[in-house]
Amino acid sequence: MMKKVKKLVNDFSLGELRTGLKVTSKEFVNKKITVQFPEERTPISPRFRGLHALRRYPNGEERCIACKLCEAVCPANAITIDSEMREDGTRRTTQYDIDLFKCIFCGFCEEACPVDAIVETHIFDYAFESREGSVIDKKGLLEIGDKNESAINKAREEDSKYR
Amino acid sequence: MWQSFVDLTHQLIPWFDGGLADILIIVIKGLALIFPLIIMMAYMTYAERKVIGFMQLRIGPNRVGPFGLLQPFADVFKMLFKEVIFPSKSNIYLFLLAPILAFVPAVAVWAVVPLGEDFYIANIDVSLLYVMAIGSVGVYGIVLAGWASNSKYPLLGALRSTALLISYELVIGFVLVTVVMIASSVNLNTVVESQSGGILNWYWIPLFPMMIVFWIGALVETNRAPFDVVEGESEIVGGTHVEYSGMPFALFFMAEYFNMIFMALLAVLMFFGGWHSPFEGIPFLEGLFEFVPDLIWLLFKMSFFLFLYFWIRASFPRFRYDQIMRLCWKVFLPFTIVWIFVVALMTQLGIGPWF
Repeated sequence: MMKKVKKLVNDFSLGELRTGLKVTSKEFVNKKITVQFPEERTPISPRFRGLHALRRYPNGEERCIACKLCEAVCPANAITIDSEMREDGTRRTTQYDIDLFKCIFCGFCEEACPVDAIVETHIFDYAFESREGSVIDKKGLLEIGDKNESAINKAREEDSKYR
Repeated sequence: MWQSFVDLTHQLIPWFDGGLADILIIVIKGLALIFPLIIMMAYMTYAERKVIGFMQLRIGPNRVGPFGLLQPFADVFKMLFKEVIFPSKSNIYLFLLAPILAFVPAVAVWAVVPLGEDFYIANIDVSLLYVMAIGSVGVYGIVLAGWASNSKYPLLGALRSTALLISYELVIGFVLVTVVMIASSVNLNTVVESQSGGILNWYWIPLFPMMIVFWIGALVETNRAPFDVVEGESEIVGGTHVEYSGMPFALFFMAEYFNMIFMALLAVLMFFGGWHSPFEGIPFLEGLFEFVPDLIWLLFKMSFFLFLYFWIRASFPRFRYDQIMRLCWKVFLPFTIVWIFVVALMTQLGIGPWF
């Protein structure tokens, strides 16, 4: 009986609606959690796999020795490599293309590389202006590597103790 | 040819002196009301997105201009440059008539509402009836839009809305009857005048349950959440809006917001003392807030109700159609009728606070 009366009073005083309104009014004044993307970014793991880059040794020599392990391991066949002998007798790539439409960002190429030449950076907000733009050639990859060398180094250092 | 033209001008001059000047004044009055209304409507869309965003722990639009304040204008220009698409085999005349029929009554009701003491376009004796009558015409816009679109979802939306709007008109009518009985006038000016004398004389105290019913009815009438079954994005895509694009859609949008503002205004006029200061009759505070103009008080009270729209929209899930109908016919209608009898008895016998 008492319960019924209580329910009746609650119903007629719009009890459940008031509960709902209370919740939203509380959230109204709470601190907002939106991250303003281009200006603010969420933290990224050092193992994050983003856009690819080719690295160089500190003396400026490119690391890649055209062993083609990455090409072999790539599950999406996104990597195309061509190589020949340079004047000093070392084997170097003449062509190193990654098709970003094919790439699934699995990170196998990075793991397969014996000289840490091909790596995946933390860059994820890139865009192409044409369909052909999805293929990055060797020059582009090296450029990305040169630009982000410090960030790449830092990520590798942070992750080194778990390797 | 020339002579006849001159003769015609001479004939027109007396008319020009008297009639045209009056018409010009009316037109200027109308524009002076409509332009602030449009600005208000534009910033209501901004406020709605901000408020709902805040309630969902987001921050809402903040890219266009400082704090996103220019967002409404960006939206307007986007709308203006959109193509108007006519569905194939739709009735183009009705298709274009529908948004006009929705928009015109939404604006026309503003002709008689008082926005302050002696501050109105027209003061007619039956302004409340006028408001109810013109407001009902807006239903045609939605019904025609649904039918003329020659499309399934709009038709479903229109079907949902017809019965709904008509039913709730009844409830709102009954609620207003109680107010009219206490104020013993259907003139909006008189209704507000009879509430003068401080916050305790406003009708929201003797008619508190009626005010709640009125507000819920207003939510239905303006197709606002949680009663927005006409649009029902998750059920029937966009209801009557599905086939509309560009400016015809913008007209529907504006009509909805004009109606929202108007319902908020009606709630203030009917239950919250219109333009009267809440501090009337309180010795010290009355003098302190003497300088605040009527219109500011009115807008201040209206903004509370407008905020309530957004608050309610952010809080509650959409009602099912049959639940809304049940709420109308089995809950609100008997409830309001009982209240009409109570108020009638009380006013006749002179028992406070209902007189």
